[in-house]
Amino acid sequence: MRTSSTSGMRTSTGARAGQYAALLAYLVFLAFPLLWLISTAFKSPRELGSLHPTWIPRHPTLANFRQAFDEQPLLHAALNSLLAALGAALIAVVIATPMAWVMARRRTLLARAATGWVVVSQAFPFVLVIIPLFLVLKNLRLIDSLAGLVLVYVVWSLPFALWMLVGYVRAVPPELEEAAAVDGAGKLRTLVSVTAPLLAPGIVATALFAFVTAWNEFFFALVLLKTPDKQTLPVVLTHFIGAEGVADLGPLAAAAFLATLPSLIVFALIQRRITGGMLTGAVKS
Amino acid sequence: MRPRWIITLALTLLLAGCTGGGGNGSANGRITLRFQSLAWQDESVTANKELVKEWNATHPDIKVEYVQGSWDSVHDQLLTSFEGGEAPDIIHDASDDLADFAYGGYLADLRDLLPARLKSDIPQRSWATTTFGDGIYGVPFLQEPRVLIANATWLKKADVRIPTPEHPWSWPEFRAITRQLSGDGKYGVAWPLKEPVSATLNLSLSAGGELFHRGADGKVTVRFDKADQVVPRTIHDQVDVDHSASPTTLGSGGSDTLPGFFGGKYAMIPLGFSYRQQIVQQASKGFAWQVLPAPAGADGLAQGVSPQTLSIAEDSPHKKQAAEFLDFLLQPKNMVRLALGDWMLPTGTQALQNPALHTTKDDWATGTALADDLASAPAQSVRGYPEWKDKVATPAFQEYYSGAITLTDLRQRLQKDGNLVLARYQR
Repeated sequence: MRTSSTSGMRTSTGARAGQYAALLAYLVFLAFPLLWLISTAFKSPRELGSLHPTWIPRHPTLANFRQAFDEQPLLHAALNSLLAALGAALIAVVIATPMAWVMARRRTLLARAATGWVVVSQAFPFVLVIIPLFLVLKNLRLIDSLAGLVLVYVVWSLPFALWMLVGYVRAVPPELEEAAAVDGAGKLRTLVSVTAPLLAPGIVATALFAFVTAWNEFFFALVLLKTPDKQTLPVVLTHFIGAEGVADLGPLAAAAFLATLPSLIVFALIQRRITGGMLTGAVKS
Repeated sequence: MRPRWIITLALTLLLAGCTGGGGNGSANGRITLRFQSLAWQDESVTANKELVKEWNATHPDIKVEYVQGSWDSVHDQLLTSFEGGEAPDIIHDASDDLADFAYGGYLADLRDLLPARLKSDIPQRSWATTTFGDGIYGVPFLQEPRVLIANATWLKKADVRIPTPEHPWSWPEFRAITRQLSGDGKYGVAWPLKEPVSATLNLSLSAGGELFHRGADGKVTVRFDKADQVVPRTIHDQVDVDHSASPTTLGSGGSDTLPGFFGGKYAMIPLGFSYRQQIVQQASKGFAWQVLPAPAGADGLAQGVSPQTLSIAEDSPHKKQAAEFLDFLLQPKNMVRLALGDWMLPTGTQALQNPALHTTKDDWATGTALADDLASAPAQSVRGYPEWKDKVATPAFQEYYSGAITLTDLRQRLQKDGNLVLARYQR
């Protein structure tokens, strides 16, 4: 018995070590591009041309950041990106939450059709929809405006946002809503006062998804915005890239590093909410 | 309370940032033209913006609005803008990207719009790059030859003959010299062939290779003749037989080879003339480099190019004024400013005579001496070329250069598979 137990312990420890090793490898794999980007942002052109590159810049410089700010309106572009991303995230969540509730709670034909639409809509590549979308927005006089871009981002992120939220709504025990109904609450009141607060982690995760998708989006912004003052950060970043993929690597890395910061900050601020166990103890099992 | 004010603030900011679409056209009798430039290097952007400013200062009735475009995705962006009727009035692009737009009726035929001065200033061989059917759909204004950027100290030490535009190396001589320069893990040359097709086809003009042959019926077929084989065979033999060319750079872009070049791993790299800007920026002090002409063949130093172009949108309501702006932008002295900003050569014959392009500093003179040998890239006007390039030629050349297939296999794939692709576009 004792031998068997020790052997079991060993296997468990070995498996755990393996799990940690795999996790570490995955983290390194994920972190490598970002760390390399940061390293590149602080290197001089001469160091970037070195045959033996180092992780830590030998002569760290802020020249790339200065050049990036001198050459391109990064702050203005970042503000445009922020407006578009915040707008898209807010509107997507406001629309998706009641829709997700209906799709999760009502087993009607419409709800099933909506679920099918969500799945099918994911199959269309954006290059297929861009020209019709452009024409629709042109007719609505929404070309070259952040409002038009926000509308596109909302439509684009809505199916996946719905998909995510439906799962969260299903995890909310219906008994809570039934209890609210017994107490006289209407559907809307139940959704706003009972379900929505319990969905907070899901709503935050969905908002984060919509925000990051819009913040990083390039092609719609490139095509829909004509005026330089309205361009978003990903579009402005491409101004550091020339013909045949030749790039001004230092300033590009510096600007790209700055562009990743808001996503990281937003994620750091609200990730606790995503993992928060708000439903703990809500219903006796 | 906090979430509520964040939401209110965001919505307020959003509404403040949302304004209706701007339009081009006339307001108060004043015309506004949108000029989408793809200039991206600091000096080049400055030159373009300064010229727009100068134009606006002297033409109060025709305002030009500078719009910064990007080489990345320019084709898709323009296509969508054309389809949606929202294209810029003046469009900066490259001649090898124009065929679809020209045949699609999106670009204005410039023959009756451009002044005689500009037409005669740019040589016919350059106009050929923007001629599709009977029309001219862009003004070719900047171009660059592919040259050999060499480690001057290494070549001097090896005591090899230094080629000049008057006495270039032949392809066999080039191969022999790279063999002589190689050894101890070092290579005579590093070919950055991430885009093997355009590099091979353009250089093959020197040996008389044209690859695409137009028949009497106007249809184009691929024929991989002896003259077409000179350049691919040289590269293949350098990599796989002599081991005088680095096998690891075959899939690299030009910039990726520079660290190895500066680090003394490669004696030469074939690159576009404008790469000198990066070399000046990145080379360590004391690193001696020089520009050499690409090797010559039966047709001398001839090579294909796809110049940068300026076009006018067919839908523009102000084509005449747009052409006037082009005439201003491409005045000889202005063309020189644009060329210096991009480290490229102007196509205009008058601009090419400017002393600034004949200095030995940064080897401008060597590149300028090659200008007369630059002709339209062979595939320029071939419909179906992009698909042939992506689906047939790129993998075939990559496999041949890496030694995976033979020259016979390469010929068969380029011709047999290639002609099937082209046939679909010529029914």
